[in-house]
Amino acid sequence: MTIPGQWYLALGAVLFSIGGLGLLVRRNVLVMFMCIELMLNAANLTFVTFSRMLNDVGGQSLVFFVLVVAAAEVVVGLGIVVAIFRRRKSTTADDLHLMKG
Amino acid sequence: MLHAAYLMPLLPLAGFVVLAAAGRRIGDPWAGWLGTATVAGAFVVAVITYAGLLGRPSGTAREFTQNLFSWIPVGGLQVKAALLVDPLSVTMVLFVTGISTLIHLYSIGYMKGDRDYPKFFVYLNLFVASMLILVLANNLVFTFVGWEGVGLCSYWLVSFWFGRDTAASAGQKAFLYNRLADVGFLIAIFLVFDKTGTVDYLGIFAHAATIGSGARTAICLLLFVAAVGKSAQIPLFPWLADAMEGPTPVSALIHAATMVTAGVYLMCRISPLLALTGDARLVVGSIGAATAFVAATIACAQQDIKKVLAYSTVSQLGYMFLAVGTGAYEAAIFLMVAHAFFKALLFLGAGSVIHGMHDEQDLKRMGNLRRYMKLTFVTFGIGWLAIAGIPPLSGFFAKGDILDNAFARYKPLWVIGLVTAALTAYYMTRLFVLTFYGDDRWRQTAPATGGHGGSDHGGGAQPHESPSVMTTPLVVLGLLALVGGLLNLPGHHPSFDPLGWLAPVFGGALYNAHQSGTTLWVLGVVDALVAVIGLGAGYAAWWRRVDYPALEPVVLQKSYFIDDIYDTAIGRPGEALSRLAAVFDTKVIDGAVNGVARLARGAGGGLRRIQTGFVRQYAIGIVIGAVALLAYMLTRMS
Repeated sequence: MTIPGQWYLALGAVLFSIGGLGLLVRRNVLVMFMCIELMLNAANLTFVTFSRMLNDVGGQSLVFFVLVVAAAEVVVGLGIVVAIFRRRKSTTADDLHLMKG
Repeated sequence: MLHAAYLMPLLPLAGFVVLAAAGRRIGDPWAGWLGTATVAGAFVVAVITYAGLLGRPSGTAREFTQNLFSWIPVGGLQVKAALLVDPLSVTMVLFVTGISTLIHLYSIGYMKGDRDYPKFFVYLNLFVASMLILVLANNLVFTFVGWEGVGLCSYWLVSFWFGRDTAASAGQKAFLYNRLADVGFLIAIFLVFDKTGTVDYLGIFAHAATIGSGARTAICLLLFVAAVGKSAQIPLFPWLADAMEGPTPVSALIHAATMVTAGVYLMCRISPLLALTGDARLVVGSIGAATAFVAATIACAQQDIKKVLAYSTVSQLGYMFLAVGTGAYEAAIFLMVAHAFFKALLFLGAGSVIHGMHDEQDLKRMGNLRRYMKLTFVTFGIGWLAIAGIPPLSGFFAKGDILDNAFARYKPLWVIGLVTAALTAYYMTRLFVLTFYGDDRWRQTAPATGGHGGSDHGGGAQPHESPSVMTTPLVVLGLLALVGGLLNLPGHHPSFDPLGWLAPVFGGALYNAHQSGTTLWVLGVVDALVAVIGLGAGYAAWWRRVDYPALEPVVLQKSYFIDDIYDTAIGRPGEALSRLAAVFDTKVIDGAVNGVARLARGAGGGLRRIQTGFVRQYAIGIVIGAVALLAYMLTRMS
């Protein structure tokens, strides 16, 4: 038996929403990062599902790009987080509002 | 020989360059001698050119164009820096350089000890160079260069003693009046180019018949506007009287002998055009006659010796325009040359008097100078009789020539001219008697103030004769004023006709009333009688009298309140207008500029609140935006 594509899509949507909600409500920068990863991978899951359903390999290849970009983003992002932590001994997002206009 | 023509303007120009660069090092008096030498050189070249032209047969053979360089080559507009050498321009050059040489020589003595001695000759040389360019140029644009050049130098020279407020503002006045009139010149150039496609005089004349008559009249009148400014005719004459603030040699050079004649010259130069428009000619003649009369009446009541001479110049220039209006260009040139002789003489004589009196210019404080300044007295006397029109001096013949032609063509203008002739004799006699006869009034008066720099003589000191470097030009000019009439005697023999060589230049444009011998004699006698009457009236009124208020009404002393009229009619409304413009500038223009800035600042101030610095707030912004976009697309699709 095969599980219908809609289930996967629903799972992707749920994961994306959890990620988005986490991004909005959590203050720890590291957790916010993990939420972003969750959203990216939810999107990847949706890509792959559509690729299967529509029988189009384009969706799967796009996932590789997303993975690469996500990896690069994590490298840069974690670097910044470590630098901030060294200076301020805290990684709370709301404390970092130096860019206030 | 004729190829050296370019040296005529070039020599004074070279003198200008050398003096401007090294004048201070050369110093007093060699800077003056250098300046004099360059102008004298130009005079020699002019004489050579004159001889060369005389050697050619009469007619177009005596007319040639010397191309110096191509100045403005723009498509259809080809303006060359070229000289037109013909009898008219050479006559002008001869007397301009001749008189200028004498005045330069005189200035060496007159300006001695002045703080800016070399600078004076810098300006003087540039002035002569500009005047020669004006006269010799073969097209309107190049003439305009000289035209502006003399205007500029006149500004510098009038306000030469700029430490005095009156001199500084007189210079500005001269410049502004000239600039105002130059607008006419510029528009005329544009119009000429539009109608004929060329600015060369000869090219314009070739097209003269094809220009529409309206445009032709417009061109002539616009050029006349320029001439009115430069030659100080009604209504632009007040600057010439104020220009007497300059050193006296300047008054003689610029405001008597040369620069002011530029307007008359321009009118003579465009004679082929003028010949075709009777309307323009009538305007020229009428304004000339009116100016001659009005200026003569003003001259009757002036107290300053130089102002009398200034208004007399305006009056004589009016005569020249009367002649131009009549079409008697030869007579106009005749008076121009004769006037250059006797007016330069009178001005230099006045300068000698002022110098001898230690900078006193008020007629009422002079008197009995004949005992102290014999040479000045005699030469000034010749100038006086010449301008008064006493036969057989030059003024009689020159003025007579104009009046004869006016008599034949425009009788009313002739009457005005005749009355003016009587007035001329009258005010010159007043001037002469007050200066050289009567009591030694300078003994009782307070020290003179002002005057040229470096003078520390007290007033009331004994007048003295001027040095020989100043009296020599007086003697030469005196002789010229005496015999200048020979240039164009009425009823002269064809073999001796020095001004007759001008006739081919004017060609058909020239009006020459060939009147019968009897008429000429009668008119001559009338002229002489009128002059004698004026002379007698002057003697009767001013012999042994100094104050005669009835003969010096305030309206004449103030030159018909012309300055006040201009001030009320033009000056004050102009000031009010500019004040209004200033308000417009600060309120409206600045308001708009500042308003835009304030708008940008306000908008920025409002928008900066959005940037809170909280990352999560931005995130919710993105989410809301994405959801909104999604919702929009979903509603569009369904």
